[in-house]
Amino acid sequence: MKKKFLGVVLSVAMVATLLAGCGKKEEAPADDATATEAPADDAAGDDAETPDDSAASGKLIKVGIINNDPSESGYRTANVNDLQNWFTEEKGYDASFEYSLKNDEQIKFAQKFIQDGVDYLLLSAAGTAGWDSVLKEAQDAGIKVILFDRTIDADESLYEGSIVSDMKAEGQKAVDWLAEQGKDEYNIIHIQGEMGSAAQVGRTEALQEKVDAEDSWNIVAQQTADWDEGKAQQQVEAVINKGDDFNVIYAENDNMAKGAVAALDKAGITHGKDGDVIVIGFDCNKWALESVLAGEWNYDGQCNPFQAELLDDVIKTLEAGEEVDPKVVIMDEKGFDCETITQEDVDTYGI
Amino acid sequence: MSKIFKNQLFIPIAALLLLVLFNLIVDPAFFALSKGVYDGDSILTGNLISIIDNGSELAILAIGMTLVTAASGGQDISVGATMTLAGSVIVKVLRGSETSPVTLHQSIIVAFLVGCLVAILCGAFNGALVAFFKIQPMVATLILFTAGRSIASWVNNNQNIIIKDEKFKYFGYYLPKIPIPTPFIIAIICIIIMALLLKFTTLGLYTQAVGINENSSRLNGINPTLMKFVSFIILGVCVAVAGLIKASRQEGTISYGGFAKYIEMDAILAVALGGNPLGGGKFNMAASIIGAYVIQFLTITLYARGVNPEALPAYKAVVVIILVVISAPTVRDKISSLTKKLRVPKKEVC
Amino acid sequence: MQNVDFTLCEGEIHALMGENGAGKSTLIKVLTGVYGKDEGEIFLKGMEKAAVIHSPQDAQKLGISTVYQEITLCPNLSVAENMYIGRENKIYQNWKKINADADRMLKTLDIPAQAKQQLSTCSIAVQQMVAIARAVDMDCKVLILDEPTSSLDEHEVEKLFTLMRDLKKRGVGIIFVTHFLDQVYEVCDKITVLRDGKLVGEYEIKDLPRVKLVAKMLGKDFDDVADIKDEGACYKGEDADKVVLSAENLCSNQGIKPFDFYIKKGEVNGFTGLLGSGRSECVRAIFGADRVTSGTVSMNGKKVKISKPIHAMKNGIAYLPEDRKIDGIIGELSVRDNIILALQVLKGAFRPFSKAEANKFADEYVKLLEIKTASNDTPIKSLSGGNQQKVILARWLLANPEYLILDEPTRGIDVGTKVEIQKLVLKLASEGKSITFISSETDEMIRTCSRLVVMRDRKVVGELSGEDLTQNKIMSTIAGGGEE
Repeated sequence: MKKKFLGVVLSVAMVATLLAGCGKKEEAPADDATATEAPADDAAGDDAETPDDSAASGKLIKVGIINNDPSESGYRTANVNDLQNWFTEEKGYDASFEYSLKNDEQIKFAQKFIQDGVDYLLLSAAGTAGWDSVLKEAQDAGIKVILFDRTIDADESLYEGSIVSDMKAEGQKAVDWLAEQGKDEYNIIHIQGEMGSAAQVGRTEALQEKVDAEDSWNIVAQQTADWDEGKAQQQVEAVINKGDDFNVIYAENDNMAKGAVAALDKAGITHGKDGDVIVIGFDCNKWALESVLAGEWNYDGQCNPFQAELLDDVIKTLEAGEEVDPKVVIMDEKGFDCETITQEDVDTYGI
Repeated sequence: MSKIFKNQLFIPIAALLLLVLFNLIVDPAFFALSKGVYDGDSILTGNLISIIDNGSELAILAIGMTLVTAASGGQDISVGATMTLAGSVIVKVLRGSETSPVTLHQSIIVAFLVGCLVAILCGAFNGALVAFFKIQPMVATLILFTAGRSIASWVNNNQNIIIKDEKFKYFGYYLPKIPIPTPFIIAIICIIIMALLLKFTTLGLYTQAVGINENSSRLNGINPTLMKFVSFIILGVCVAVAGLIKASRQEGTISYGGFAKYIEMDAILAVALGGNPLGGGKFNMAASIIGAYVIQFLTITLYARGVNPEALPAYKAVVVIILVVISAPTVRDKISSLTKKLRVPKKEVC
Repeated sequence: MQNVDFTLCEGEIHALMGENGAGKSTLIKVLTGVYGKDEGEIFLKGMEKAAVIHSPQDAQKLGISTVYQEITLCPNLSVAENMYIGRENKIYQNWKKINADADRMLKTLDIPAQAKQQLSTCSIAVQQMVAIARAVDMDCKVLILDEPTSSLDEHEVEKLFTLMRDLKKRGVGIIFVTHFLDQVYEVCDKITVLRDGKLVGEYEIKDLPRVKLVAKMLGKDFDDVADIKDEGACYKGEDADKVVLSAENLCSNQGIKPFDFYIKKGEVNGFTGLLGSGRSECVRAIFGADRVTSGTVSMNGKKVKISKPIHAMKNGIAYLPEDRKIDGIIGELSVRDNIILALQVLKGAFRPFSKAEANKFADEYVKLLEIKTASNDTPIKSLSGGNQQKVILARWLLANPEYLILDEPTRGIDVGTKVEIQKLVLKLASEGKSITFISSETDEMIRTCSRLVVMRDRKVVGELSGEDLTQNKIMSTIAGGGEE
């Protein structure tokens, strides 16, 4: 009997923990941003000079924002924080947020927002398909849809604007930078992200084109590590054990670059600023930029999560009764080099 | 001869030998060991080291998974998620409220114990659902499988953390003056502790008895509920240890969605490769552990061969199917009866 | 099994006799394709070539159906589904028709079950009869009944025999395996005797009187079982009158009425009554196997709390359960582990026996009880039923209890072992152990017990001892004499 009671208590406690977890999760990023020096704060701070005119118009603009869950990645966390810090009452917005990594749940949230009668629907879709009918509903209800971060397979007339990253451009920037390094030969270990994801396809394409075009560019090994640090480390270890020569690691995100560096460290191979191997990562995690600053890595390409300001611009354009042109806005994205990076860059752009 | 084939260890060892043979033929240099330098100390490097190093988490999880499988006749699929949670908690305790702490906020022992407590609580939660409420293990553990990673990210407010601390790195890399990776040493310690537990307690006998026939076990004075519960608790401890190793390997950079992703499937596969019935009952701990290293051996072999990335999962699947099929009891019986026929033309069968 | 010839004619009921482990089950499994054969051929009527039987499906197609000793149906399917499943490979099944057919069949055979009832809700006896109904319904030419009567009561057995005779008239050949000699002489035409996997001989029933049959099965002259009681002297210690265990108003959640019970040192008593009268439930309540809802139990005069089996074990009570497959054996574990289990539990989880110690115990009891096993490492499930039972018995003897409850220890066991077990019971009693013995065979009970508790409809209705211990008296007490 005692044990049964214990069992009940335990499970109740666990369920309570779960509930607490769920309940708190939604507000968590906001807490975080204020409690600690989150990068999003800085990003917002940067743009604070822009005049705050929407608040002056008196009436709050009602927006519904559907995003992927912040636990998806560091990039997403930064993205969520940026949006939550921007779309506030002080800036003239009455914003509601919903998060899910599942398309069907997101569609349900969209329907909910349509019923709530929001003015704008901001959407970062989990999946590309299945949005036509719900976006049509929104259009019929007079709700303006703006896509951010991710595009969808739907007719352009269904949304007013789209703010996305060009993954290939990010890759191209890194490849161009690499070409400037003036090595006689580029022997590259290419660690790919989850096959088929937009970031993987874009960043791979940029590198592959260059390798195909230049004789002095070779790929020593090309494997997918599914964005995972551990897998990347094991793969690079395998290449090192094989005894193949290489002088570049092109990892499609920071975590995999970090795993690769761990493997280099274990094998006693130098890397970074004065090392034998050039290390390239993407996404600009704060710790990654710190590594670049410390000269352990050579380059980190940005995938810009700070889309709030651009979204705000689009909304203002639409409020003024103008068309958004061009309809698709590509985010401005930077690349950071170990030679030129500053502490300020780390603080500003690190996510 | 037929006894060898009947032995449960035959399959995982045969699979291991097969992989060894393949690599010997294709590239003998695969087995080369060389000396490297890490942090001023000389260490061993090479594919074999890579295998025993990176297979450690899996081997540790396989220990717990074997017990859970034997006692409850089902599997815990929340292992990857709870491992993320344990790792996240350890990192949280270590970092305090900084994202890249210069000094540790708490000692690593305290952090590990807190992580252990959380993992044990998760195990207790799963165990309570399975043992007290008689819910199918896969269904019961589905709850934490779904929620675990969200809780893990909530623990650290979704933050990007890095803990650059030399001592914290010991667990995933090397201890000073020791040429063998620490994860392997930890795995060996876990294996020894489990071996001692099996030798000096009746854990093995009771767990198997409960898994085979719960009614009989109860009528012989064993408490089946308790045994199932205990197996989940032990798995919880294994999860915490594996979580510590992996968090240390990654210096606290936990991507909540991808940390130890699908490791539960590999752990279950290790149990199956060891020839242990997934429906519970008899188990062979050594076979499961060898099974875990076979999986890692396969992974490293595929990496070393530089298999086309799109085809990697397919290769792995094919090899796994072959291994699982030859480890199926019916196939084993066929093989052993075949050799019996070949060796002894006529023998009395009782 | 070696070189066995076996012939079955049309319209004949052929008894297959032998001790446990003599090879009866093996022969049947070879005939039905469960086991492969190393040598020899099987011929069926109207076939020139030897029949090819590689699987039970092959056998079924050739008209060989089997009802096994242990029930091999699916307990969570309905009765009708169990009767028809796997027989026609049609995707679409007309369940309405099947249910109707099943109901008709059940009615013809007078089986108290509904087509749509879930099988597990039926008693074991009814489940057995459903299995027979399934086989009968398949229009088989050869019907193999492997101990079909071991869990049936007399009335049900009689019904089965009527059915068997009916099938015989229709030209079906029946192989009948049983341990009940009476039944053999009641329905069979021929007897084939096996011993140690070898053929002893085939006999017409009239040529082989009982005593000779038993002698052939045992391979030695039969010492009359009727005498065993006198052999073992009763326990004559000074404390022979001491009550070892007494229970008052005991009741469990299994629907039995509260009952009082006691047993003295060195006494053998028993619960008797029809199947399902609650005799097993009573002893399970004493052992704490079911949830006890009321009542008190005293051990040697001291009040004890028994709510779990482990409590009973610690108080020196042992319980050999009725259904050894479900409650007794731990199938995949070795004979050794099965033997030491109870003693190990008593000794404690942190003091395991070494392998050497365990083997010593196992060796001792394998020898003492003459358990036929290849080695101590053999999984218990590959032993024959009787030897499995001996292993369970060994388990409890090793635990050295003061009070031993044996629920149907002789079910599904050959004559020789039955006698052995009865003798053992009396010997243990003479050494001062108290024993409760339950058996479906009244003569066994009369032979071994000095006092019988009689049950009817889950209620204790009487107690018989001394002069009253006769077949007739027991019957009339069970039947109740119309007092209600």
